[in-house]
Amino acid sequence: MIDFPILSLILFIPILGILLMVLIRNTSERTERNLKQTAIWITSLNFLVSLLLIIFFDYENPSFQFEEKYFWINNGISYHLGIDGISVLFIVLTTMLVPICILASYDSIKLSIKEYLISFLALETFMIGVFCSLDLVLFYLFFEGGLIPMFLIIGIWGGERRVYSTFKFFLYTLAGSVFMLLAIIYIYWNSGTTDVQYLLNYQFSKNEQIILWLAFFASFVVKIPMWPFHTWLPDAHVEAPTAGSVILAGVLLKMAGYGFIRFSLGFFPDASEMFMPMIFTLSIIAIIVTSLIALVQEDMKKLIAYSSVAHMGFVTLGIFTFTIQGIEGGIIQMISHGIVSAALFLCVGVVYDRLHTREISRYGGLVNKMPFYAFTFMIFILASLGLPGTSGFVGEFLVLLSVFTVNTYFALFATTGVVLAATYSLWLYRKVIFGALVKDDLVDMLDLTRREIIIFVPLIFLTFFLGIYPKPVIDIIEPSTKLVVENFNERLQK
Amino acid sequence: MNSLYFLLPEIFIFIMSVILLMTGLFVKKIKIINYIAILSIVIAVVIILNQSFQSILQNSFIIDEFSKIFKVMILIGSAASLVMFFSSKEDQHINLYEFPILILFSTIGMMVMVSSNDLLLMFIGLELQSLGLYVLAALNRNSLLSSEAGIKYFILGALSSGLLLFGISYIYGFTGNTNFNLIAVNYSEDSLGLIIGIVFVCSGLAFKVSAVPFHMWTPDVYQGAPTPITGFFALAPKIAAMGLLVRFLLNSFGEIYIDWQQILIFISIASMLFAAVAAIAQTNIKRLMAYSSIGHIGYALIGVACVSPEGIKSLTVYLMIYLIMNISVFAFILTMKRNDEYFEQISDMSGLYKNHPLSAIMISLMMFSLAGIPPLAGFFGKFYIFMAAVESNMFVLAIIGIIASVIGAFYYLRIVKVIYFDEPQTSYDGVSIKSLAVLFYPTSLLVVIFCFYPLPLLKIAETASNSFF
Repeated sequence: MIDFPILSLILFIPILGILLMVLIRNTSERTERNLKQTAIWITSLNFLVSLLLIIFFDYENPSFQFEEKYFWINNGISYHLGIDGISVLFIVLTTMLVPICILASYDSIKLSIKEYLISFLALETFMIGVFCSLDLVLFYLFFEGGLIPMFLIIGIWGGERRVYSTFKFFLYTLAGSVFMLLAIIYIYWNSGTTDVQYLLNYQFSKNEQIILWLAFFASFVVKIPMWPFHTWLPDAHVEAPTAGSVILAGVLLKMAGYGFIRFSLGFFPDASEMFMPMIFTLSIIAIIVTSLIALVQEDMKKLIAYSSVAHMGFVTLGIFTFTIQGIEGGIIQMISHGIVSAALFLCVGVVYDRLHTREISRYGGLVNKMPFYAFTFMIFILASLGLPGTSGFVGEFLVLLSVFTVNTYFALFATTGVVLAATYSLWLYRKVIFGALVKDDLVDMLDLTRREIIIFVPLIFLTFFLGIYPKPVIDIIEPSTKLVVENFNERLQK
Repeated sequence: MNSLYFLLPEIFIFIMSVILLMTGLFVKKIKIINYIAILSIVIAVVIILNQSFQSILQNSFIIDEFSKIFKVMILIGSAASLVMFFSSKEDQHINLYEFPILILFSTIGMMVMVSSNDLLLMFIGLELQSLGLYVLAALNRNSLLSSEAGIKYFILGALSSGLLLFGISYIYGFTGNTNFNLIAVNYSEDSLGLIIGIVFVCSGLAFKVSAVPFHMWTPDVYQGAPTPITGFFALAPKIAAMGLLVRFLLNSFGEIYIDWQQILIFISIASMLFAAVAAIAQTNIKRLMAYSSIGHIGYALIGVACVSPEGIKSLTVYLMIYLIMNISVFAFILTMKRNDEYFEQISDMSGLYKNHPLSAIMISLMMFSLAGIPPLAGFFGKFYIFMAAVESNMFVLAIIGIIASVIGAFYYLRIVKVIYFDEPQTSYDGVSIKSLAVLFYPTSLLVVIFCFYPLPLLKIAETASNSFF
């Protein structure tokens, strides 16, 4: 443990970056390069600083570390930061993905690059804030604040139907979240504080729990997203620029999963148990239905977007088993999905940059021209369908294991999702990569550039690392997860 | 005679405006008159800040923290519109020396309003304010819209004054007093006449704050009046009427709040929902801001309807943030001109981010703030309002409020969409005029950085609510 306020530093480095970028005048090509490099250096610096969190992380301590608490609004609502084993990995995932995103949009973004980079840096602050705030109002601030840069990223640099998609994204998420705001206010008047640490030991009556749980659920169900509230996601993904999709799939969806673990389970154990069958049913429907929808997609990004919904179904299944294995599986599944789906969107981005279409039928036989690309794409497709040895397997396996102990039928249905995932993933891969190279405009396709290889190498490494040797990650997650489960069982009113 | 000393800010502004009225005939430079008017407002603010609690003229005029804070807000609003007036010097039609003077007169009326603790004084203040505003709305004689706005505002305003006076006569008739505190001790429970009186006075005041269903004049007047005056309409009179409403209801009928609370709840819900839906179809930015202000008044009224310290506190915070945001937005609207010609269509804002990237970012953030998206100041305004509502167990009001804010977010986002997503048009002048930049950048910066240090505003609001509870 060290006293230095690392978390605040991580939060404010991107803001510092924004101020720097505002000072750079946006005139010539050269300044554009300066802007990009500033952004990359700032975000890489932030990544390195966030690695300090893992280095100094106390594995024995299951509760919050690196705590900072300052007076903010009043005695009950303060600027309170802190992380535990559940949140630390999400922060590192965020700080890792943002430089990758900026690198990925190095050439593809031509229009007002300055605003683009500023949006990304602002988004980074908001995303990190979500995972490290230990105050509900602060959490809400970050949770909602991320909408503004994301709205602009999809709306300005998106595809053809970007206006429709970004409005849908914004209003959908906003409509879900405002109920959470009311719940937070109610909690404040009820308990006198919105401090998460205090509330984790605060007992709400059963009726209160149900209402509050539903209010939080309204927000998370849209964000994660769970069937039938997922319709904004494919639209947003399809229209967003590649980097926007990466962040959306990689981090934004995880906010809700994190919220489920931290708040729904932590504050409202009785309500969580009561609504467990509903969550299970919705998750199973999500896994099967969206997998089936993914099978008939003609757009690559849409297919991956639907697969995201299915994967997040596994996450909610795992979390709501209330077992250590299940929650751990859910977290690992989220981390793995953060890496793998981000990488898949990057893969789509690679061919999109060359051919400017995402239609599956426009491609075919790419393996002849782009061997490296085919190899990379294969790794992530296999990780996405949960092949043993890749990160996708560990999470799904743990989740299915725990679901099996809770309810065999649900486990049975969930497993069909794995089969379906294999079907649509491999179908996509075969259509795009294999076959004869007959289409004329594919003949000139170039393989991965050096920049693209630099982007993919760390992701490939992490995919295998998590898949083959997940112990370090589990070591970090386990104590805090144990605490969550113990806390949950202790406070359950029988 | 001694008590007149405590009326110093009002008297000072009055003397200054009379002097300006006389010298204005001879001084050719309107700019100088405007400078002096702003200076006198600044001096008045200093005097107000140095006042302490007083209750003078047989307790009919109260100087307390609440009235001081509201007066300062009103004066800031007036000063902001005077600064906006600098920018319109090329616009010959409203470049009249009467402009600052009328604003000063009307400001005196508002200051009397928030301090008055007596039905008659309240009416005098209200009328003084309104007379100035009627003329201001019609100031642009060559414009048909402006004349229409003036006539419309005058007729409806006269009607509302009639309603108000009618209500006052009922209240006087059934309590035998005009002083708020004496009314509070003299009314008999369940007196129907008194309730009629309250309803009429509330209707009259609802007209002044432009709450639904007394809002009909707002869009037309906002659109028709010259923009600096529209800015003035949006800033000062609403705050004054809100302050008056609070004092009238809490001081005289604080005990029987059950009777009037439902009126406020109804007009609050109606304002929020109506504004959110009606604003969607607007194409004129000034009309849109009219609906936006109706909606914001709806939220502010939640604070009054709570009848709690937290409610008044949240109302004060809300109005302060509302003031800051509106100064910024109206300063921006004034910059929307090309070759000295004003543009008011929302579609004219397209491409702003190409030509003026900084002001595009700022005005977009302002729209997000008006929509109440964190971490901007507008969010904190709504946050406090909902805090107060939940504390008073008014969950339905709070839920309708948040639903309206989601619907309302749509029309604010539409402006961001026009600025950023639509095909660019020819550029216009931008925030190059100094007087507007002075207003626009600091206020919008304040909205952005508010989240880092919200404490001072909250402290101020707390002292305001302590005046009542």
